[in-house]
Amino acid sequence: MATDDDRLPDSGRHESHARGWRGFGWGFMVKLVIMAVVNALGLTVILTAYRTESWVILGASIALLLVADIVYFTKRALPLKYLLPGLTFLFVFQIFTLGYTGYVAFTNYGTGHAGSMEQAVEAALIQDERRLPDSPSYPLAVVEQAGEIGFAINADDTVLVGTELSPFEPVRGAEVDGSGTPVEVPGWEVVPRASVLSDQELQATVVGLRVPFDLDEGGGSVRTREGTTGVVYTSSLEWSPEERTITDTETGVVYEASDRGNFVASDGSRLATGWYVGVGFENFVRAFTDATLAAPLLEVALWTFAFAVLTVASSFGLGLLFAMIYNDPRVRGRRLLRTLFILPYAFPAFMSALLWRGMLNSEFGVVNDLFFFGADINWLGDPWLARLAVLWVNLWLSYPYWFLVCTGALQALSGETLEAATVDGAGRWRRFRSIVLPLLLVSTAPLAIASFAFNFNNFTIIYMLTGGGPAFLGSSSGLGSTDILISAIYNISGVAGGVADYGLASALSIIVFVVIGIISALAFRQTRKLEEVQ
Amino acid sequence: MNPPSAMTPTKNRSAARRSRWIAEVGWKYPVAVIIIVYAVFPLLYVLSAAVDPRGSLAGSSDLFSAFAVENFAALSDTRFWTWVANTLVIGGATALGAVMMGAAAAYAFSRYRFRGRRVGLTALLIIQMFPQTVAFVAIFLMLLAIGEVVPALGINSKIALICVYLGGALGANTFLMYGFFNSIPVEIDESAKIDGASHAQIFWRLILPLVTPVLAVVALLAFVSAFGDFILARIVLTSEENWTLAVGMYQWVSNQLTSRWGLFAAGTVVASIPVLVLFLMLQRYIVGGLTQGSVKG
Repeated sequence: MATDDDRLPDSGRHESHARGWRGFGWGFMVKLVIMAVVNALGLTVILTAYRTESWVILGASIALLLVADIVYFTKRALPLKYLLPGLTFLFVFQIFTLGYTGYVAFTNYGTGHAGSMEQAVEAALIQDERRLPDSPSYPLAVVEQAGEIGFAINADDTVLVGTELSPFEPVRGAEVDGSGTPVEVPGWEVVPRASVLSDQELQATVVGLRVPFDLDEGGGSVRTREGTTGVVYTSSLEWSPEERTITDTETGVVYEASDRGNFVASDGSRLATGWYVGVGFENFVRAFTDATLAAPLLEVALWTFAFAVLTVASSFGLGLLFAMIYNDPRVRGRRLLRTLFILPYAFPAFMSALLWRGMLNSEFGVVNDLFFFGADINWLGDPWLARLAVLWVNLWLSYPYWFLVCTGALQALSGETLEAATVDGAGRWRRFRSIVLPLLLVSTAPLAIASFAFNFNNFTIIYMLTGGGPAFLGSSSGLGSTDILISAIYNISGVAGGVADYGLASALSIIVFVVIGIISALAFRQTRKLEEVQ
Repeated sequence: MNPPSAMTPTKNRSAARRSRWIAEVGWKYPVAVIIIVYAVFPLLYVLSAAVDPRGSLAGSSDLFSAFAVENFAALSDTRFWTWVANTLVIGGATALGAVMMGAAAAYAFSRYRFRGRRVGLTALLIIQMFPQTVAFVAIFLMLLAIGEVVPALGINSKIALICVYLGGALGANTFLMYGFFNSIPVEIDESAKIDGASHAQIFWRLILPLVTPVLAVVALLAFVSAFGDFILARIVLTSEENWTLAVGMYQWVSNQLTSRWGLFAAGTVVASIPVLVLFLMLQRYIVGGLTQGSVKG
């Protein structure tokens, strides 16, 4: 019956261990199998991380695997056995990312500053590689192995094979035809020339492929234009690790590593690739003082607050109003009414936003056609109309939630208090203001705070409905009138393409975190006060 | 001989009652009609656009002027069904993972007294205030780095997206479940323990069946939030065959809003009906769960 090793009998003190032994239960076997799989996967990751020199991942995976093995093979740490899976995901994908955001915010990570200095050097040398007039060229064949495309070249009667990641190495037993082109390469499949010419995708791969001679920088590489001749490309740049300089051997210009993460020459010119370095509070300072950014960001921040507050206030108000009207036993068919009222809530939010985007289209949209008699109102193109539209759509999306919540809260109110107030001569408005609303707020205030925080970061509705537009006039920031902070961060970060500025985007994320933290703290304190009133 | 005077009081009384009924109850029906129009019109409109064979935004304002299933048939020429499958896989795995990890954590917090328990609960409460989506830049960069080591967990991997969603699972669900677990008497566990059940047996065989309602709610909430997420899915899943519905349908509408409108409408109808039905069926649990969880937390 034992499902776990933890429940081996305690009586072992009195009788021999062997007698207490009842064999492993199937639960233990299941655990063993799962842990074996976890260990196998973990070890694979650890080995790969070691090979690719990813030290952070290496450390993290070793730590996680050790903890997992200890927790699940000891008899103690019972609560941890239940908490560990969730905690692992929480640490890696939430807590670590929060911390990492904080780290990136203080760097200039982004386009032109991606990766380490070594990567920057490698990229610079590769980018500079070109075909020189006296570059040697070799007969070449395109080869394939398990879906990976490579080159086989005949370099002075030695056949070499390599791919993008594995440099050229000589192969034995290869055969070449009369023109010297390899036709048979052991371990590789030679791709016929005809299929290189006919297969567009393959052709693009072949033309873009760069096979290095060795993994160190500056060794040069082979590329091809048509798939039959490989030309040696070399870089005129030379990297000197000791002096941290890159020298252009053609022009003699020396680029020195700057503390901004660039290679800069004495005349101020710099190489395109750099690496990321710490820049202190620069990103934060830029957000507040940069001429092209500060003004739009301020407007975006104000609109973010307005959007979140107005959304919560309007949908709460409307939901409460409907709840009070229809929380009335004299109204028939309330179940049906309620179901119809909450339909927008059950409809997936992103589809609603996209749907309204079409409905509000100025030319063909049904809103203009049916409700404004074919007028040409540019709902999503005018700054204020677009804001109105965003609020309107979000009201449509979220009033049902408040309708449900308030209906529930109203039904939970005690009738006696209200009766007592009526007896004391309180009018309808007085009863609402002095009794119903305060009691209602006690139970709904935490939800209002949560709703505020949610809408503060409601990326989906903004991005799907207006895309943040219409863009600010005369601003090169790329931001627009309905952008809220998170959609502005999305634009600036460049994760979806374009120029990336992860550092600035992370700094703005940190600001959002701080704002949310302060608001939540204040609001929860306020909630306490409300509860005390009760 | 004055019948009218005898009639007047009754007539007056019924007229008065009638006008009082209108003032207090009757007016609520026309108002309800207005609300229903507000709530339902967009849904009727999308249904009409879905069955409109012209399939473009232009002319879609003539509601239900034609009926054809062309738009639905045309969905098979796109990657729509791949996206549906992706969404189901990602949402389903997220829901399952969130339920299992949330239930296990809630069980530990509810049934064991250990060092760091209070601190842990408070920490979870604080962490859940900071939405994961705001850290999307860091998530993106981290997945880039992980992808160099383990491609299956890097950018453009569905597993990676599931893992990212699961990272937010503990913070979001533990409190909801914790409250529910606490409402189950500890005596049940204790009597089982005396009968020789192990902690694992108590968890799997006793507690989990008793908390099924809250498991269903958490699963649904996790599924719906994965279903509706755009920003993380957009940055993690780069190639079209890995997209979820949110990413794919956004692409339809943002690129060629007017010409693909019928396709979008048909896709919307197909994808929203199951969610709609599920939601309406479980609405009582969901609302109860929402209010309870956050108030108790």
